[in-house]
Amino acid sequence: MSIPTQLKYTKSHEWVKPEADGTVTIGVTHHAQELLGDMVFVELPQVGRKLAQKEECAVAESVKAAADVYSPISGEVTAVNSGLESEPEKINQDAYSAWLFKLKPANAAELDGLLDAAAYAELLENEDH
Amino acid sequence: MLKMTPLNQTHRDMNAKMVDFGGWDMPLHYGSQLDEHHKVRQDAGMFDVSHMLPVDIKGNNVRDFLRQLVANNVDKLTLPGKALYSCMLTPQGGIIDDLIIYFLSETWFRIVVNAGTADKDVAWMLKQRDQLAPGLEITPRRDLAMIAVQGPHARAKVWQVIPGSQAATEELKLFQSTVVNQYFIARTGYTGEDGFEIILPAADAPAFWKALHAAGVAPAGLGARDTLRLEAGMNLYGQDMDETRNPLESGLSWTVDLKSERDFIGKQALLDTPVTQQLAGLILLDRGVLRSHQQVLAHLDGTEYQGEITSGGFSPTINQSIALARLPVQISIGDEVDVVVRDKKLRAKVVKYPFVRNGKVLI
Repeated sequence: MSIPTQLKYTKSHEWVKPEADGTVTIGVTHHAQELLGDMVFVELPQVGRKLAQKEECAVAESVKAAADVYSPISGEVTAVNSGLESEPEKINQDAYSAWLFKLKPANAAELDGLLDAAAYAELLENEDH
Repeated sequence: MLKMTPLNQTHRDMNAKMVDFGGWDMPLHYGSQLDEHHKVRQDAGMFDVSHMLPVDIKGNNVRDFLRQLVANNVDKLTLPGKALYSCMLTPQGGIIDDLIIYFLSETWFRIVVNAGTADKDVAWMLKQRDQLAPGLEITPRRDLAMIAVQGPHARAKVWQVIPGSQAATEELKLFQSTVVNQYFIARTGYTGEDGFEIILPAADAPAFWKALHAAGVAPAGLGARDTLRLEAGMNLYGQDMDETRNPLESGLSWTVDLKSERDFIGKQALLDTPVTQQLAGLILLDRGVLRSHQQVLAHLDGTEYQGEITSGGFSPTINQSIALARLPVQISIGDEVDVVVRDKKLRAKVVKYPFVRNGKVLI
């Protein structure tokens, strides 16, 4: 599975997509869903909630385990993908279209500190060894 | 170095995700644990359970030795081939292991024990043998493989694969077994579905597995095995019980014979120890997933009671989270309890288990 080059990534396996309107869309990576296995439950943050960078803000649970999702940057939640609550398996089917929530960044400069696709690929490479 | 079953390479060839399961390199799933679960409930799936160990006990008066060794009563085994589920206890009543005993003849019984406890089980059996029945021969059978074929169509698919097996096994009732050529075939399982557990020479296992696959039996991993057995309300050793728990507080009273005059290891301790806890079923009423070790809180008549989930997870058949929990005996079926999940308390209801049997939701 390729790692989309237009996205940014975190060490905790979230992906971040900067949108044209200045918001960012956030999900969990293909690698994360592969580690977790079949997803069975997703808990999303409240719209309007203000998140700090690296704050626990969502939970993705598979048949195997529960994983916390951390906000890659600080900001305010503007939308959540509530369809995932009834169809969490969409994360397994396509992790990069099954977004969890959108944020209005509090400090867009934080985006520059995230990993690009090459750096994320290197992180996965090192995890495997 | 992880231990491998005779099917290790076969699993890898089928793209299994392998995991370390108590020192054994075992398949967790072959793509989707949920698909494998549904396949077993609706059609047929197969599990490599060769990490479990058959132990043969042979000699004169095996039955008399087993009367003392295990908590269930082997005198229930009258027809050759009949099987019995039992616990083997410490003198304090703690569960050393849960196992299945097959009565083959008065001079040959076969016991199948769990993988993680196999070494200590055999050591315990040898120690008791030396004291109680030194003439008996106890042989661990690592030369054998074991494959569980489970699901509503499991038996028919086995019949396609083993020539002559239909005539030999069609009339077998639950917990009966027979031998067809090199195959030891038992109508037992750990999923709540019909099917067979088949013991065969290790060298024959890969070809047999592939033949079952060609007959339409889906390979299923330990992940599906766990969700299936949880739905079926079957205890898992090490989670729902261990040496610190006795069968009477672990939902296994039905496997303990305290009525006959027979003495067995652990009997006196069971008679002397008041039962204060029980194993109960829970179904989650809120959204979320119950997991083992989560705390359970119940309020009854102004008193707070505490318990703990021993096995929890998502039930693919019910599409809701379920659990087995060790609760004080004051809590009854129908009561609502709180389960502490991260920073929240989720509501759950105490229910009678099994949750699912033969493809049907029972709660």
